Amino acid sequence: MITRWLAASVFFLGLVALWHFVVKAQIWSPLLLPSPLSVLEYLKSAVQDGTLWEATLVTVRRLLMGYGLGIVVGIPLGLLTASSRWCHDTIGIMALGLQTLPSVCWVPLALLWFGQTESAMLFVVVMGTLWSLIIATDNGVRTIPPIYRRAARTMGSTGLHTWTHVVLPASLPFLISGMKQGWAFAWRSLMAAEIYVTILSGFGLGQLLHYGRELHAMDQVIGVILVIIVIGLAVDKSLFAPTERFMYRRWGTAHQ
Amino acid sequence: MVTSEHPPAQSQAAKLVLEHVSKWFQTRSLHVHALDDVSLRIAEGEFVCLVGPSGCGKSTLLNIIAGLDHADRGIVQADGKPIGEPGPHRLMMFQESALFPWLTVLGNVLFGLKLSNGMSAAERQEKAEYFLELVGLKRFMHNNVHELSGGMKQRVALARALAPNPSVLLMDEPFGALDALTREQLYGDIQRIWSQHRKTIVFVTHNVREAVCLGDRVILFSPHPGRIREEFSIPLPRPRDINSVDLARYATEITRVLKGYVESEVAG
Repeated sequence: MITRWLAASVFFLGLVALWHFVVKAQIWSPLLLPSPLSVLEYLKSAVQDGTLWEATLVTVRRLLMGYGLGIVVGIPLGLLTASSRWCHDTIGIMALGLQTLPSVCWVPLALLWFGQTESAMLFVVVMGTLWSLIIATDNGVRTIPPIYRRAARTMGSTGLHTWTHVVLPASLPFLISGMKQGWAFAWRSLMAAEIYVTILSGFGLGQLLHYGRELHAMDQVIGVILVIIVIGLAVDKSLFAPTERFMYRRWGTAHQ
Repeated sequence: MVTSEHPPAQSQAAKLVLEHVSKWFQTRSLHVHALDDVSLRIAEGEFVCLVGPSGCGKSTLLNIIAGLDHADRGIVQADGKPIGEPGPHRLMMFQESALFPWLTVLGNVLFGLKLSNGMSAAERQEKAEYFLELVGLKRFMHNNVHELSGGMKQRVALARALAPNPSVLLMDEPFGALDALTREQLYGDIQRIWSQHRKTIVFVTHNVREAVCLGDRVILFSPHPGRIREEFSIPLPRPRDINSVDLARYATEITRVLKGYVESEVAG
């Protein structure tokens, strides 16, 4: 465990060192490639004046709302498309089609429909998350070996009990990977929306990034990108990784 | 030494009654006549083995008794009442253990118990532990399913099937995927448990020796369409050893009859 930590630390410190030396070599203008120190400087000042913290809060709140809505609507719809041929041929096909649409494409539509509002933001995130979640859930339910349901039926499990105690847990590996993918899609959609949509109700990380570009503040751009990456990593390590570890242990599907 | 007459079990109260049962399957390309006019009475506490080559409808018959499938024609009764939906009175064991990988060993045994009502959590726990002890796996109760060997999985499946106290146990080639040594151990276990708990057991297999080792009666099926061709009483004392000479003699006789059907099937 300690050696793994050590290896990771050495790797990332090495990356920062490499960055530092490239800047020192002055191949590119410091306007285009700021030094690690100046990025750190920016982050420090942004934390001190509260802009970074506020922007993160705004972004995470939007993300959680959109993602949560996507899950609450997507998983039941996925169960529906998996259980009824009729729903599969209608909602299922629609989800498959819309899933292929890059989420940035929703931004112009959201702007025209909702204007510069939080609703436009929410709409883009939900559209980016929902369809892939429906498809992942549908896939998960379809790949359950039929023998589980038969075994449950002989023990007297019917209707709702079968869904909550057999179908859902049996498709958990697919649900989790679907939710993970949905999370990544939600992140991407939100950043696209925040960069394009400037609204007064809240100033998110995407907007911080956007203004960094407008002001040619490269240290801000790189700093915000780093924050976005760290949040993504933190969520993966704190939310998804433990669930996946539990699954690997139970199902015995992989060794870590 | 082999009799095809009706066994004495006939005179006792019949637990399961099947009369003139027929079943067809319609798949995309063909119409299969799975069961043709099958009649069978199984007494309370009897151990009956259904033997035949694959495609003879024996598993279909088991599914019908379980209530997982329905007969197209004929009468199917348990305790004098027509069989409807599946339920904890007639539990089934499959060739694959069908244990739920998202639950621990204990969780799997508790699954059926939670569905049979009128038991407190403590009673359920006690029951589950008792049956895991019975199959010799109590110390593995907190393990995950994937950590068990094939034989252990089938033992857990047996405990899971026994725990809700079904009156009928339906077993669909439960030992088919196990190695010979593990299977022999399980023959011993299942006979011991049967003699202690006196369930009515309907056991499907294509292994004649296995059928002779376990059954009070061996019912021979022939395929296309699935029909009962002959039945044999096995009056050997218990517990039976699969390697005993007496048992081998019965098995040889039944295999000879079975081969006759298969050959006439190939010829005709």
